[in-house]
Amino acid sequence: MEAIVKTRVKQVLKGDQNAFGEIVEIYKDKVFQLSFRMLGNRHEAEDIAQEAFIRAYVNIQSYNINLKFSTWLYRIATNLCIDRIRKKKPDYYLDAEVAGTEGLTMYSQIPSQTRLPEDDVESLELQDTIQREISKLPEKYRTVIVLKYIDELSLNEISEILDMPLGTVKTRIHRGREALRKQLRHM
Amino acid sequence: MKCPEKWVVYMHEYLDEEISAEHEKELREHIHHCTDCKMHFHQLKKTIALVQSTSHIQAPNNFTANIMANLPKEKRKVGVRRWFMQHPLLTAASLFLVLMAGSLLSTWNQDQQFSVSKQPNLIVQNDTVIVPEGEVVEGDIFVRNGKLKIEGQVEGNVTIINGEQYMASAGKVTGEIKEINEVFEWLWYHIQETGEEIFQVFDEQKVVGKGEDNA
Repeated sequence: MEAIVKTRVKQVLKGDQNAFGEIVEIYKDKVFQLSFRMLGNRHEAEDIAQEAFIRAYVNIQSYNINLKFSTWLYRIATNLCIDRIRKKKPDYYLDAEVAGTEGLTMYSQIPSQTRLPEDDVESLELQDTIQREISKLPEKYRTVIVLKYIDELSLNEISEILDMPLGTVKTRIHRGREALRKQLRHM
Repeated sequence: MKCPEKWVVYMHEYLDEEISAEHEKELREHIHHCTDCKMHFHQLKKTIALVQSTSHIQAPNNFTANIMANLPKEKRKVGVRRWFMQHPLLTAASLFLVLMAGSLLSTWNQDQQFSVSKQPNLIVQNDTVIVPEGEVVEGDIFVRNGKLKIEGQVEGNVTIINGEQYMASAGKVTGEIKEINEVFEWLWYHIQETGEEIFQVFDEQKVVGKGEDNA
């Protein structure tokens, strides 16, 4: 797999756009999945995932061919997601109670973005709840949890993607797990 | 009863698959009789299972096409080169045609002045070449950018490039008469000529001039 990708990268380096299309085909689901779990909505996820691929294309010269391509690509995608999360930090929280109501949160005020007809399979309530709980995690824990448990990457790869010491990655994963445990323990 | 932190640390070591054999043994024994820690451990494992259970979603259908449409335009040089690499035969053919056309057109433009192939008994008046009455011209006649009047007899082919020919009733040509006025005809003529020359190399005796009567 990596060998095929590297051949394609070399073709892209020579300027062949079609070869890049094949790279997109190979990684699109992974990158989209990563963005979706980080951002919590399809529209933004598609936006960011596309942006990640376009950036990869534009900056392909800076990719070191001796490293894993996926690591490099995930790093671009992860950084874009983190930027997006920081930028759109809301000044109110959706799970805060609406004033004057009892137990009614802002979630009930917005149409669910995931509940499109074609998303029937995911719109099961459980999936939504879990996604919502992941989205509630602070971004530094959310990133490692998503990379570890949704993209199923090794701790070493995560440390490379985030350019962070292995020890820091572990600590964040532990804290992220604890935070999620508290949120999900009643399920 | 509050258990020491180390049990939680062991649990995470376990979940990272980095726990040593003795830590794992200790943890198992501890969990066996500490319900609080057992629950904590169970909740952690359940959390992971839940996170992993979020169904694997796929990128939208037109995802790749959208990206390809949004990529910065590749340098045209590359596109042209790829086209050439994919169609080597067409490339060779088009290159040949371009060069051929170029060289032929340049000869066409060079030959704007009046010229005629020399034969002893031809009469030239301004840009008109006359084959006089009663005379017999032996050999082919070429006239460029001029008119040709045939009143006598020509024992051979007549070729007029960019001109006209008038045949008097008594005139006679034993070979072929060709009039070439357009660039494309000129090109075609040239190609035919080249072809004929090549055949002549192979079979010299065959080309003697066809006996055709164009009275």
